[in-house]
Amino acid sequence: MTAHTKGTGLKWVGRAMRRVEDPALVQGQGKFTADLPAAHWVRFVRSPNAAGRIIGINKPDGALVITAADLTGVKKITPMLHKFAYRAVAQPILAENVVRYVGEAVAAVVAASEEEAEDIADLVELDIEQTAPVIDSRDALADGAPQIHAIAPGNVILEGKHKTPGFDEVWASAAKIITLDARSNRQNATPMEARAGHAVFDAVSGRVTLTCTTQMPHLMRTAIADVLGMRESDLRVIAPDVGGGFGQKMSLCAEYVVLVWLARKLKSSVAWTEDRRENLIASFHSRDQYIKLEAAFDKDAKLLALHADVISNVGAYSCFPTTSGVEPLMAMAEMPGPYDVQQYQCRARGVLTNTCTMAAYRGVSRPIITFTLERLMDKAANAFGIDAIDIRRRNLIDTFPYTSAMGLVYDEATYQQTLEMAVKAIDVPAFRARQTAARAQGRYLGLGIATFSERTGYGSPAFAARGMEITPGWETVILTVDPSGFVEARIGSSPHGQGLRTTLAQIIADEIGVTPDIIKIIHGDTDTSPYGWGTFASRSLVISGGATLIAAQKVRAKLIKIASHLLEASPDDIVLADGAATVAGTDRSITIGKMAREAYTQTHKFKGEIEPGMTESGTYDPPGTFSNACHVAIVEVDIETGQTKIEKFLVAEDAGKIINPMIADGQVIGGIAQGIGNALLEEIIYDEHGVPTTATLADYMPPTAREMPPIELHHIETMSTQSITKAKGLGEGGCIGAPAAIVNAINDALSPFGAALDEIPATPQRVRAALRTALSSPLWEGEKSNP
Amino acid sequence: MTDKTNITLTINGHDHAIAVEPRRTLVDAIREDCGQTGTHIGCEHGICGACTVIVDGEPVRSCLMFAVQAAHKQIRTVEGLASGDTLHPMQQAFMDHHGLQCGFCTPGFLMLAVGVLERNPDISDDDLLDVLSSNLCRCTGYQGIIKAVRAAAIEMRK
Ligand code: FES
Ligand code: FES
Repeated sequence: MTAHTKGTGLKWVGRAMRRVEDPALVQGQGKFTADLPAAHWVRFVRSPNAAGRIIGINKPDGALVITAADLTGVKKITPMLHKFAYRAVAQPILAENVVRYVGEAVAAVVAASEEEAEDIADLVELDIEQTAPVIDSRDALADGAPQIHAIAPGNVILEGKHKTPGFDEVWASAAKIITLDARSNRQNATPMEARAGHAVFDAVSGRVTLTCTTQMPHLMRTAIADVLGMRESDLRVIAPDVGGGFGQKMSLCAEYVVLVWLARKLKSSVAWTEDRRENLIASFHSRDQYIKLEAAFDKDAKLLALHADVISNVGAYSCFPTTSGVEPLMAMAEMPGPYDVQQYQCRARGVLTNTCTMAAYRGVSRPIITFTLERLMDKAANAFGIDAIDIRRRNLIDTFPYTSAMGLVYDEATYQQTLEMAVKAIDVPAFRARQTAARAQGRYLGLGIATFSERTGYGSPAFAARGMEITPGWETVILTVDPSGFVEARIGSSPHGQGLRTTLAQIIADEIGVTPDIIKIIHGDTDTSPYGWGTFASRSLVISGGATLIAAQKVRAKLIKIASHLLEASPDDIVLADGAATVAGTDRSITIGKMAREAYTQTHKFKGEIEPGMTESGTYDPPGTFSNACHVAIVEVDIETGQTKIEKFLVAEDAGKIINPMIADGQVIGGIAQGIGNALLEEIIYDEHGVPTTATLADYMPPTAREMPPIELHHIETMSTQSITKAKGLGEGGCIGAPAAIVNAINDALSPFGAALDEIPATPQRVRAALRTALSSPLWEGEKSNP
Repeated sequence: MTDKTNITLTINGHDHAIAVEPRRTLVDAIREDCGQTGTHIGCEHGICGACTVIVDGEPVRSCLMFAVQAAHKQIRTVEGLASGDTLHPMQQAFMDHHGLQCGFCTPGFLMLAVGVLERNPDISDDDLLDVLSSNLCRCTGYQGIIKAVRAAAIEMRK
């Protein structure tokens, strides 16, 4: 605790309070899954082939090796979507008859130590008759392409379609049509802690406790119990300290099912810790999309209509719970972004291939659609001969509430304001002067802008609209003041780095008039926390924070009622602050601890008018809202090497009320770092046989401290009416805007050459290729001698 | 590969008599044989630095060293940074400057920064940035880490 608010009337919300999570973590006292000892260790034998028939699995003598044949009665992971012609592709827990991607688990070796399990795994021989794989989504759509699942002819797992009435007439009336073919290559969320699981059987209760690296412990319990056909009450799932997730740890992993199955079979403890290679090739991937985007403008560069064709490579299976609709459907729903455009046509397909399964990764599609739309806006500005800022001014939504062409209601946003704030802070005229001077010296600077909206904190109706069988959304918080006066909140969310234990304590502290140091937030254990949906989609502070506030309001009401009884005063005269209730204008007061004690032990005093105890619960299922931001990047491109250096990054962001500015800024900056990786560095590459060639962190390269530019953050706090805490959530924004801003800046830098780059990551090779293409085009004649 | 060798690892001043296979990495020995799980494993390829510890005064990636190589050397891990209830200035600075989110990379960064600053207290800001870019963090975007290490460097020089 950095400071005391006692007697000052200051609030905890809004302060950069130090995190309560940190003391344990900086002393090496964090409790991570891989820290647990176990009697048995598992090593998965994974397919070395992208496609093939399993002819045989030769196990070394005496070794315990589990294959699909052993898992009788175990169901397949079959996520469901009731819309969009979804095909219910099923994933066996261990590969059955066929393998569908390199890295698919075929067998599980069990031994007394990790090393021994690895040694034995090396001796397991997989006899696989290879068949032709298909790796690229466009190849998978071609006639005669290998079929990944019989249930999904043509490899299309789902197809979303949308077309507003009147689209064709408006399209026909356009003054200009601008077209963009964008490509986003494949990424891996790459939490620094890879996946791990530990299952232990308890002989007395017959229950299994699974500790694992998950963002959603309750749903993991439901899903694993379903797949194994066991009672949910016989399974306890714990998410201990989790070393980052970013969406990758949302989905159900077949590996965890194997661990629980083994713990029950062996009546013992069984653990698995994924290595980095497994994480990179066989956990979950994301962002592998092609988007063709066309836009119709009137003669004044006002956007009239958008037409999008999204092809999302979803890999070999569908992820649970979101299904592989997570990316294509998000792209379809939110493509129009922050722009006023009432005509929209979209086709979004999820396409199966012989690659690792795709799942949610921070930002989900929005880094890609923002990149696509913002590239297109820059292209359009060029075509109209107007400024990139000007075309945005003409098209950003500025009247709210606004109903999008997809029917989403934007309650409010500050698109124009954040744009103006950002361009003013970056000083565009000064930059242009510097850019011109640099060009004269053969140095190429560029400035890129991205404006976007980030849908946050949406409850169950938003998921129901996607036709999801599982509609997460609401959260419950159970808040207790115990008889000693300490406060405990049990939450269904499952933070793993977001600092939620700190921010929720700040919310409770203000509401019931105590200091955060007496508040404990309990999460991540299905035995001790209420059912909830965990932490994802920039939702926890909004939804769990809202549920926390509702519970705290109820506790507050109860404390006031008790105080009015005990102090014999009207409830209206009770002031709750500094850990006590006081009758306003008097020195009559009683501590919260004393009131709590009486609520448990002296209930007769309340004559049945107040329920015993001091536990209240709050549940919140909000409609959802939108944060928004404008990102600006300034880059320098070395045209000889194709290397991009980001000189500066600036953000003007509106995420509603900021509960803890230190934590909020940390979320934005961390997101930007991932956006920089997305823009310049990170790419999962498969060779033509479907073998991933980026299987270490030396090949798949998240940014280091060296790649980070100076970052300047500006905030607007528009108080959201769609969130009771007024906070809107900002977990994803950083990574959503960064790729667009950076690649727009690169294109600005390359503009003297007429080069265009519409693919991420914009690696040096791609920058050079774009330059070479431009150089060989006739447009370049006359300047050829220059670079 | 199952023949074990008896060695003594001295971690934060405490001796641990253990029997390890020659191939056992130092990080596995620290975590599993000596039960000090504050040191983490992020890649086992020597790239992420999550496993950084200080061996005889030098920051080392303990996934790239065999346990037998560290016998009779002084090993320091994150568990030994604080003295009693007083945090090391580096630990305090990481808390003050939001140098961590999930905290998984943190022990490695702490040991890297402490190890380098103890050897070279007057390291320039730019060289410090080079040092810090040898470890990976996926959460923070590094700004908090850089600020924390610079603040702690000043504190450590006092
Ligand atoms: S675990 Fe040692 S460097 Fe990554
Ligand atoms: S704080 Fe999570 S990886 Fe660094």
